[in-house]
Amino acid sequence: MQKIEAVIQPSKLDAVKDALVEIGAEGMTITEARGHGRQKGHTEFYRGREYSVDLLPKVKLELVVKDELLDKAITAITTAARTGTIGDGKIFISKIDDAIRIRNDERGEFAL
Amino acid sequence: MRIRVVKVFLAFLFTLIFGGSVLCGSTAMAQLPSSPQTDRIAALEKRADENATAIAAAQTAGDNGWMLVSAALVLMMSGPGLALFYGGLVRKKNILGTMMQTFAMMAVITILWAILTYSLAFSSGNAFIGGLHNMFLHGVGLAPDPAYAATIPLQTFMVYQMMFAIITPALITGAFAERMKFSAMLVYLTLWSIIIYSPMAHMVWGKGGLLNATAGGRFACLDFAGGTVVHVTSGVSALVTALYLGKRIGYPKVPMPPHSVVLSFVGACMLWVGWFGFNAGSALSAGTLATSAFVATQFGAAAAVIGWTVAEWIRQGKPSALGAISGAVAGLVAITPAAGFVSPMSAIWIGLIAGVFCYLMVVKVKSWFGYDDSLDAFGVHGAGGTLGALLTGIFANSAINPIFGAGKATGLLEGNWRQLLHQAFGVGLAWTISIVGTLIILFIVDKTIGLRVSEEDERIGLDLSQHGEEGYDWAH
Repeated sequence: MQKIEAVIQPSKLDAVKDALVEIGAEGMTITEARGHGRQKGHTEFYRGREYSVDLLPKVKLELVVKDELLDKAITAITTAARTGTIGDGKIFISKIDDAIRIRNDERGEFAL
Repeated sequence: MRIRVVKVFLAFLFTLIFGGSVLCGSTAMAQLPSSPQTDRIAALEKRADENATAIAAAQTAGDNGWMLVSAALVLMMSGPGLALFYGGLVRKKNILGTMMQTFAMMAVITILWAILTYSLAFSSGNAFIGGLHNMFLHGVGLAPDPAYAATIPLQTFMVYQMMFAIITPALITGAFAERMKFSAMLVYLTLWSIIIYSPMAHMVWGKGGLLNATAGGRFACLDFAGGTVVHVTSGVSALVTALYLGKRIGYPKVPMPPHSVVLSFVGACMLWVGWFGFNAGSALSAGTLATSAFVATQFGAAAAVIGWTVAEWIRQGKPSALGAISGAVAGLVAITPAAGFVSPMSAIWIGLIAGVFCYLMVVKVKSWFGYDDSLDAFGVHGAGGTLGALLTGIFANSAINPIFGAGKATGLLEGNWRQLLHQAFGVGLAWTISIVGTLIILFIVDKTIGLRVSEEDERIGLDLSQHGEEGYDWAH
């Protein structure tokens, strides 16, 4: 089992979600997030005062998939979320030891 | 054929009119057989009296209807209007604290008005302050007081003026946002209402007031709806408070942008609508003067939106929503003393000038001096109010409101240069009372209960530290 954490542009959420459902990913968790990588922020003006905003709105998407689904899922995300400009986000992959379904104590891949 | 029809119709009408009157006449004669002519005259006189009473009642119904609606509109300016406008401009952790400050005024000033301040403002006294005859609303009944408004119950006048007394101290809260103790705020603004608002309202609007233009004050100052009484006093006191209290922790290094311009936007729109009650209601009747004031209000506000927005667009490259709504408020402030004295075209000029002027005050002047008038109560109300009061002396026109008698010059453009001096005197007096009075009150409150919240409380925000609750709770 592998955990995929993807930080993407908020406007790409729907496209990514649809792409993941299409390849058979069973579930995911979405968080509204703020952050930045190499991308610089922007400035905002309120009554003449300048505020530089360097933490930009992002969406963080977490899902755990079976090992064989990993590459497909990565491709789905990168294809759907890519605009080719700076600020498109990142994907992090890590190994998951176990998973438990709270409803009925199913474990491992059965719990996904 | 057609002629015959007309003849028949005329004959029918004839019978209807004369037959009717003969019938009436015969019944009258039957009741009072003595002298038909004197009786007829007596009956007509009685009818005329009844008509006069009915006309007066109809006028009262019309005027009173508008004034009650206006009073409600002005209350709506405080809550939710001002509460939302200010609430959106602070940081998340202070929204309830900020809104509560305005809401507290809606309760506290109402009671204070009944007990004391209505009397201090509007009962007869000397040139500077009213007496105590109307304390506890003694003598404030449903009969009109012709010295103020001959066609509405005095209680309507009282409750309408109360709404002004509520919003005025609430405006000051913008200057000390995010850092004053709730308890200190209550005491400060209660004293402020007694020591500064009441005398100022009496001088401009009260019987025998020094600046009262309608009741022959010594220095007739034109202030239709409260440019000096409401906006100069609150704006200048706001500046004094911001200077006395000092900056918020971290200002100006820590960014403190508005947490929701959306809330401010809704609030500003409510202020705009409510302002029709504020300005057109100040005619104290539903006649043509109310229309003049209503129209001037709309033009002043719209022109100021354009003034502020264009200035901002040129200087910063983008027209912001916050700029547009701030411009509207600035224009409404500036047109307040002038509404009911100026033509629609003059109102446009006043609005345009106010929009640009207040923008520069807020953006340039504040950063030059470095004071932390958190929500620009001085930049908008103090500066806009002062400007509006002076422009009233220039643009006031006897064709709109012949306040000094028909055809007598009113403003500078009509040739009455003396009026501008009177306006300046009124503004100067308002500045002086506000500065001195506010400093004294702040000193007293600071030495007794302390004005500022602790550093720790300021960091966690007024919502939690002062009220034990949060405006936005993400967990439920």
